[in-house]
Amino acid sequence: MTHSNAGAAPGPFTLSIGPVLYYWPRETLMHFYAEVAESAAHSVVLGEVVCSRRHEIKLTDWLALARDLSSAGKEVVLATQALIESEADLRALRRMAEQGEFLIEAGDASALNRLSEIGAPFVLGPHLNVYSRPALQEYQRFGATRWVAPLELSLSAIGQINADAPLMPTEVFAYGRMPLAFSARCFTARHHRLSKDQCEFRCRDDADGLLLSTSDGQPFLVLNGIQTQSAARTCLLNHRDELLAAGVSRLRLSPSSVDFGAVIEAFDAVMNRGKDARQALAMLDAEALRGGFSDGFARGRAGLEWSGA
Amino acid sequence: MSAVRKPELVCPAGSLRALKLAIDAGADTVYLGLRNATNARNFAGLNFDDDQLREGVAYAHQRGRQVLMALNTFARADDVPTWHAAVDAAVALGADALIVADIAVMAYACRTHPQLRLHLSVQASATSHEAIAFYRRHYGIQRAVLPRVLTLSQVGHVLRNTDVEIEVFGFGSLCVMVEGRCALSSYATGQSPNNAGVCSPPSAVRWNDLPDGVEARLNGLLIDRYAKDEPRGYPTLCKGRFDVNGQRDYAIEEPTSLNTLAILPELIQMGVRAIKLEGRQRSPAYVEQVTRVWRQAIDAAAAAPERFRVEPGWTAALGHLAEGQQHTLGAYDRPWR
Repeated sequence: MTHSNAGAAPGPFTLSIGPVLYYWPRETLMHFYAEVAESAAHSVVLGEVVCSRRHEIKLTDWLALARDLSSAGKEVVLATQALIESEADLRALRRMAEQGEFLIEAGDASALNRLSEIGAPFVLGPHLNVYSRPALQEYQRFGATRWVAPLELSLSAIGQINADAPLMPTEVFAYGRMPLAFSARCFTARHHRLSKDQCEFRCRDDADGLLLSTSDGQPFLVLNGIQTQSAARTCLLNHRDELLAAGVSRLRLSPSSVDFGAVIEAFDAVMNRGKDARQALAMLDAEALRGGFSDGFARGRAGLEWSGA
Repeated sequence: MSAVRKPELVCPAGSLRALKLAIDAGADTVYLGLRNATNARNFAGLNFDDDQLREGVAYAHQRGRQVLMALNTFARADDVPTWHAAVDAAVALGADALIVADIAVMAYACRTHPQLRLHLSVQASATSHEAIAFYRRHYGIQRAVLPRVLTLSQVGHVLRNTDVEIEVFGFGSLCVMVEGRCALSSYATGQSPNNAGVCSPPSAVRWNDLPDGVEARLNGLLIDRYAKDEPRGYPTLCKGRFDVNGQRDYAIEEPTSLNTLAILPELIQMGVRAIKLEGRQRSPAYVEQVTRVWRQAIDAAAAAPERFRVEPGWTAALGHLAEGQQHTLGAYDRPWR
């Protein structure tokens, strides 16, 4: 079934599908978005945000996909690369910023510069640092119309930033392995003893990243090229009331290769249709990916902590 | 060909003693922070209260040197006035510039104290000339400190495309992640550079004796195990040994220090305006020794770049001080690509 009411949610929360952070083969990616088109999600963020060497899908392909999803009733946002290092990165960024057809999610200050110069409205991505209301007010001056809270920000801090009158809609990273850090170094290539320039695109082997565990066997992080993620998947199904109280209106679900359709359904059912969170959580497989679930950041704790076990 | 401009040597001061030793050893500029969460080296026993800051500024200014104040964390949603007060304190106590990362702090500083010089902290994560232009255009920043992730040629590209002064890291602890965008420490412990001015905080570290050595844990997470005679490093979480696909290794980064002495003439030739030494958390004696080596090196490289060579004595002196007693050129070097 196709949802034709673009952006509109039946309940208080807009479900937003974050960009695919891994290097999935084109066919896998297209199949994934065909399923998203049929899902209860309202908004989709497209684009390669991690590595410029992952070149299988080009801007024209993203735009074609964006039009398809748009005609399937989804709001579409294009995200710029999080770490900009070279002039080639900047050229790609400018092409995306200047396409004019879809809303842009800014990944770094280079994107902010370009977008604020053009005068285009934009979404503040999760790697731009908003820790206070005055910071968000500044970004609003430059054209921000929505923000995705930094991963480590607690719901209590988000509530303080939104105070009584939110400046703009707030999106929170509500599900998935969390992108915690970026480097110039490719850790996947390093693991395979390859240089970044001759990486053989080995990150393609790991649909959900390459697990890193402590020496005593505790799943800890995930290597995804130049990005380091949490092994635990954030899951905020249990926090509907706190999310509402903090002024959050959008939930970002970050794609994984397992169970993702069930995840969208669970969030739709709990967040917008009144289903019991514990029941929904019990239906999800915490061990489908090693590392289980976490909700520590939302609660102002270490990010890896989990209150739902 | 125009004469090269000698870059400013910017040295860390975690205490008044370190500040004085750095200046006596030849620092052009020292940088320091207040004793609270407004700076990214918020460690117990470190940093400056108002009186110490006033005395430090006087000591530097009497000798024709400068003092930069690091105000490079992000104002907390529930405590923005503390960051504003730190800006006001920098002005009142005579700091020559503020090193800032948060646009909320930049906005306050340039509206309230338009004459105050602003340097863009490495914590602001500006990795391109477009990013630097953003902060220049809106907040008038006059210098940017580049993250330790760019290659030498990328640093050169930034320099050719901006009129903002560029400062780079020369020596000290190496962040392998883009600074200002790393939540690994808060993921493990709840505290991070952005939200608390600390990475892998000492309060979360536990050393446990084992029959055959010792293990270091961070908030319970096993970061590394050392055999009895193996050198031990501080358990910064990205420098631990972990298991990936059955291989136990430094999966993210070895415990090494950044050392750019070998490329100093290139950095100078490119027009780098200042070279920063990391280490406000290190001892005054460390700061003095590292400053002395770098003073000699910069003077030698600026006087005769074509004849510059890294003196064995410098390498030996820095080698003793480096983390894990190893050096790397980090991202400046090809193997990282």
